[in-house]
Amino acid sequence: MANQRRLGNLSEPIIEGLIRLCGISAILFVIGIFFFVFREGSGFLFSKLNLKEFLTSIEWYPDSPSNKRYGVLALMAGTASVTVLAMMIAVPFGLGAAIFISEFCSRRARETFKIVIELLAAIPSVVWGFIGLTVMNPIIIDLFKAPIGLNVLNGGIILALMSVPIIVSIGEDALKAVPDSYREASLALGATRWQMIYRVLLPAAKNGLLAAALLGVGRGIGETIAVLMATGHAVQIPHSILDPVRTLTATIAAELGETPVRSDHYQVLFIIGILLFSITFVVNLVADLVVKGIRGK
Amino acid sequence: MFIETPLVQKKKRTEAAAKIVFMLMTILMILPLLLILAYLLYKAFPILSLDFFITNPKNGMRAGGIWAPFLGTMYLVVISLLISAPIGVLAAVYLNEYAGDNWFTRIINLAVVNLAGVPSIVHALFGLGAFVLFAGMGRSILAASLTLAIMTLPVIIASTKESLAAVPRAFREACWNVGATRWQTIRHIVLPNSISGILTGVILQVSRTAGETAPVMFTGVVFFKKISEGDIFAYNLFDQCMALSMHLFTISTQVPDVPKALPYGTAVVLLGTVLLVNALSITLRVYLRARKKW
Repeated sequence: MANQRRLGNLSEPIIEGLIRLCGISAILFVIGIFFFVFREGSGFLFSKLNLKEFLTSIEWYPDSPSNKRYGVLALMAGTASVTVLAMMIAVPFGLGAAIFISEFCSRRARETFKIVIELLAAIPSVVWGFIGLTVMNPIIIDLFKAPIGLNVLNGGIILALMSVPIIVSIGEDALKAVPDSYREASLALGATRWQMIYRVLLPAAKNGLLAAALLGVGRGIGETIAVLMATGHAVQIPHSILDPVRTLTATIAAELGETPVRSDHYQVLFIIGILLFSITFVVNLVADLVVKGIRGK
Repeated sequence: MFIETPLVQKKKRTEAAAKIVFMLMTILMILPLLLILAYLLYKAFPILSLDFFITNPKNGMRAGGIWAPFLGTMYLVVISLLISAPIGVLAAVYLNEYAGDNWFTRIINLAVVNLAGVPSIVHALFGLGAFVLFAGMGRSILAASLTLAIMTLPVIIASTKESLAAVPRAFREACWNVGATRWQTIRHIVLPNSISGILTGVILQVSRTAGETAPVMFTGVVFFKKISEGDIFAYNLFDQCMALSMHLFTISTQVPDVPKALPYGTAVVLLGTVLLVNALSITLRVYLRARKKW
């Protein structure tokens, strides 16, 4: 008995120390990710990289034997075009679905819809890419008489379908956070349900809905395998939605396997990684601040 | 009887129109997907058999089954969860039971949110730089699992925190009042009362881990590796392995002349595994919520 107690006294500080260590692990990992990605790319970043050319040139010729050029503008345009198109589809549909599920459905239908959406969110990105490749590709060729079906449109639709679940679930949370007394007050004044949604709910939930859209954007920028498979492989600034493009993420995934460790090309891919990390960090930070904004009020 | 004025009729019409528009949006989002899933299943049907599961890919991946990638995915999922579940649960215990409401806690929460938002390809770069090269693990199951573990960590922290917060404060206070320490309270009251919710969250991560491609493609998963068929201990921790997600990517984009049914079969097995685990987790959650005593 006494023995056991002594053991207990001894083990408790150890366990609490362990819990504290795990508690700060998230900070350590975020710093670690930045540190290690930066470390692999830093040699090239500080010695040879012309930052202006890197960000403003559309010439991405990492394999050219005589004149290697590393300009990521076309890749950024690829990421931007696919993400913007995806959000133009996903945000209205996602928020519309969130409104329908939260305001027009019975309790039972709501639970069912939420489960279906949760299942949709679980579909792996490589399966989405496969759908883009095998299902969307021939449909787009048929419908638009395009020479190739792997393009901005295909990637945008696939990415939209992938980000809709997250937009719906966060949007629904935001609508749920609006107190019922708001709804009751406006209905009691004789407003129809649509007037109540349009004039009362949307203004009250706008921060949460904005955060939902931002998280969708973050997901869109970071998505890799699906866009690699669905957008084709042309490094160019797209002029129409039927042009194939290459995104930042897809470039890393497609080229990292073939570059020798610590070569210039390899280090540039890590610099693109730093760029991606920074962009999504800012997007997530803003989304988080926007959400905190609602709670603060 | 109340007679409807034109204004009321107009209001009713907009109301009905709004409802139909939103309903169409919801249905438009879900219906095509169900059709696509049915189509995948239809295309994969001829190849799905027990043989498909227990034979290795053959003939430069143009024939055979999915044994090596299937087993590889199982290894990655189990090992990464063995790493991320304890760390994630303890981190959530810290955030919910120990941390005060101060700037430091806010920074941890911010780190968790941002960790969740890091693109998967950046996790891959991190895994390559930190585990494969810096720690000298080489491209191995261990390095790939560690990368996946860090990727799933924030989600496990978030779901565990939610389960812990659902345990009423009165339970803890009662326990402290009889002289228990903070850890004893957690160990004997908080964890037993929330373990089912924690498990549901962890199971859900199985599906996410199984489907990921980008984080493992440079840290331990290879295009092709032959292993002995039917032996579930065919891989070792420092081996490279195949994975279902990567296999689907390879045979649908990198290898020419693959018979059509093969990639469909692989996609359906991957999708089936993921949705099955998800459905299990959701069923468990619905069941537990119905049984909850407080």
